[in-house]
Amino acid sequence: MNSLADQLLVLCLLLNFAVLGTSRLAFSVRAVALQGVILGVLPALIHPFSWHLVLIVVSIILAKGALIPILIMRAIRKAEIQREFEPFIGYIPSLVLGALFTSLAFIFAARLPLAPEHEGLLFVPASIATLMCGFLVLMGRRKAISQVIGYLLMENGIFVFGLLLAGAMPLMVEAGALLDLLVGVFVMGIVINHISREFSTLDTSRLSALREE
Amino acid sequence: MMWAIVLLPLLGALIAWLVPDNRRRSFVLPAFGLAHLAMTVSLLICTPPPSPGGWIHLDALGKLTLLSNSILFAVCAAYAVGYLNYRRKRPNRVLCVALLVCLSAMTLVTISQHLGLLWIALEMTTITMAPLIYFNHNARSIEATWKYLLICSVGIAIALLGLFFLAYSTIVAQLDVTLLLGSLITDAGRLHAGWRHAAFIFLLVGFGSKMGLAPLHTWKPDAYGEAPGLVGALLAGGLVNCALLALLRVYQIAAASTEGALFQEVLLVMGLISMAFAAVFMARQSDFKRMLAYSSVEHVGIIAVALGLGRAALFGALLHMINNALTKGVLFLSSGNMHRAYNSKSTQFVRGALRRTPWSGALFLAAFLAITGSPPFGPFVSEFLIVSSAFVQQNYWTGALFLIFLALIFIGMASTVLPVVLGKMPKDIEKTPYRDTVHTVLPPLVLMGLVLMLGLWIPEPLQALLHEAAGLLGGSK
Repeated sequence: MNSLADQLLVLCLLLNFAVLGTSRLAFSVRAVALQGVILGVLPALIHPFSWHLVLIVVSIILAKGALIPILIMRAIRKAEIQREFEPFIGYIPSLVLGALFTSLAFIFAARLPLAPEHEGLLFVPASIATLMCGFLVLMGRRKAISQVIGYLLMENGIFVFGLLLAGAMPLMVEAGALLDLLVGVFVMGIVINHISREFSTLDTSRLSALREE
Repeated sequence: MMWAIVLLPLLGALIAWLVPDNRRRSFVLPAFGLAHLAMTVSLLICTPPPSPGGWIHLDALGKLTLLSNSILFAVCAAYAVGYLNYRRKRPNRVLCVALLVCLSAMTLVTISQHLGLLWIALEMTTITMAPLIYFNHNARSIEATWKYLLICSVGIAIALLGLFFLAYSTIVAQLDVTLLLGSLITDAGRLHAGWRHAAFIFLLVGFGSKMGLAPLHTWKPDAYGEAPGLVGALLAGGLVNCALLALLRVYQIAAASTEGALFQEVLLVMGLISMAFAAVFMARQSDFKRMLAYSSVEHVGIIAVALGLGRAALFGALLHMINNALTKGVLFLSSGNMHRAYNSKSTQFVRGALRRTPWSGALFLAAFLAITGSPPFGPFVSEFLIVSSAFVQQNYWTGALFLIFLALIFIGMASTVLPVVLGKMPKDIEKTPYRDTVHTVLPPLVLMGLVLMLGLWIPEPLQALLHEAAGLLGGSK
């Protein structure tokens, strides 16, 4: 089971690069959604069966794999944009930096020992690397929707780590965290809608009236 | 009883949602704000025992935060009636509902002893504040909202990772996995050191960005500048204190482990950096509401310095947390009045407020004196306690820097505030319907009275509460 979990985590890491390297927003959203589904499957592989776990698996897949992507896809359709345009950090530099962060994540993870039952799994490097890649997307892109995608990538990274605790954490905490994420993305979707109406573009570099001179 | 105080504002939100009329809806706010305050006082007098499982309990730190939040909210809610009356055309359903949901989440932050629950509530306060900052629905406010939402969401997400690390450190140490504050403090020394260390860093960055400690404060000037006055008051007085409480919980765990000293050192440095940032940016601000944001950065800096000093300064830190919240309330509410009166918040146009709006101008001036630490107001007492503690501990550099920054900030802030309040009123100012009335002046006046009172006399029960809370942070004497 553990080798399967590791393969899924590697797939997670590859999906980061898919997001880093593309300008197509819809593709990025699908990649993040697929990552969410993988996140939902993972706890079933590393923890023994329980109804608590079933609930977690179902709610993660539902929220991250379906509801959130639908919310963002709707925002993309409403704003009528398909692509990121002239990002602050280009696609090739993004990929190079992503690779750098991923290797740093492996070095960082080597310093933190896992509990015996999780020995040898890639959870920590996958988590940190996804977090950093999300941060890279967040900082490096212009469009508000790309920034939300970056935020979701970060959240996925955090959840990868949270999965190690999936069996042990009270259900209420996990459900609450997911609900907060859902509401947060919903509010972001509304704000994006208003940005596109107000500025007739989603380019956040236009949001500069408040810059300190 | 404990759950009732969380559910009460939610009931208010539901009612506010159902009331169809803009004018009548605004009265829901003070009704529930005052009911919440009454409930808070009764909870402080007779505190119920911890819930089974220990998730919900109102300890001394929670009591202090709850009290200051509840007072501030009640005052802002009373003010909202007058404020919304001037903005009758703008629909206020979202504002009223979001304010009450935010109050509920802020209350949950203060009573939760489970860090996961605390995180959920804190994230909820972040999200509910977004529509409030966007109340004015213009290009500038949407920019501020986007920046706020993104930076705070990322910050709080990082804090979540920190919490996961903390929980995992219990697993690695072969303990029962938990995020209950009580057990984490008892076992703090036995947690796995590497994971615990990483957790503290992530939690500090996460909660620090929500609190607005420099250099994680970049969202603050925009959000505080663009939000309506009463929302600014709740951001600077309520949300900051909630994030601070979360940080204090981490502080409690750090103090119980071997890493207390390191954690304190980091806080001290971050606090001084925040004060330095504020001192630099405070000068030559052309927007008096943005200036208040830098004042907020300064004061979270002061509190961080006090936490870094520890010992006797902890009492000062907690007292300052209340003083800052109440004084910020006066500043934001009176500046909101001036903004209405001049229809501008640029110091180029807003001059001579003492003649245009005598009460608001006078309150703004008095609160400026209070927040910069002039006697006889509350912040003077707490800042004096902090700086004297620095010198008693022979931490002369900190004490000296602290005083220099305070002086610079006083000068910087005075150069903006004095012309606004006392300057010569421009002849061609825009005619606006705003006049100082009881509805918009009495609420900040009440707060100002409290700030003055805390400077002259701290009531016995509050003093006992402050000592008990400082004891929880490890600063018995």
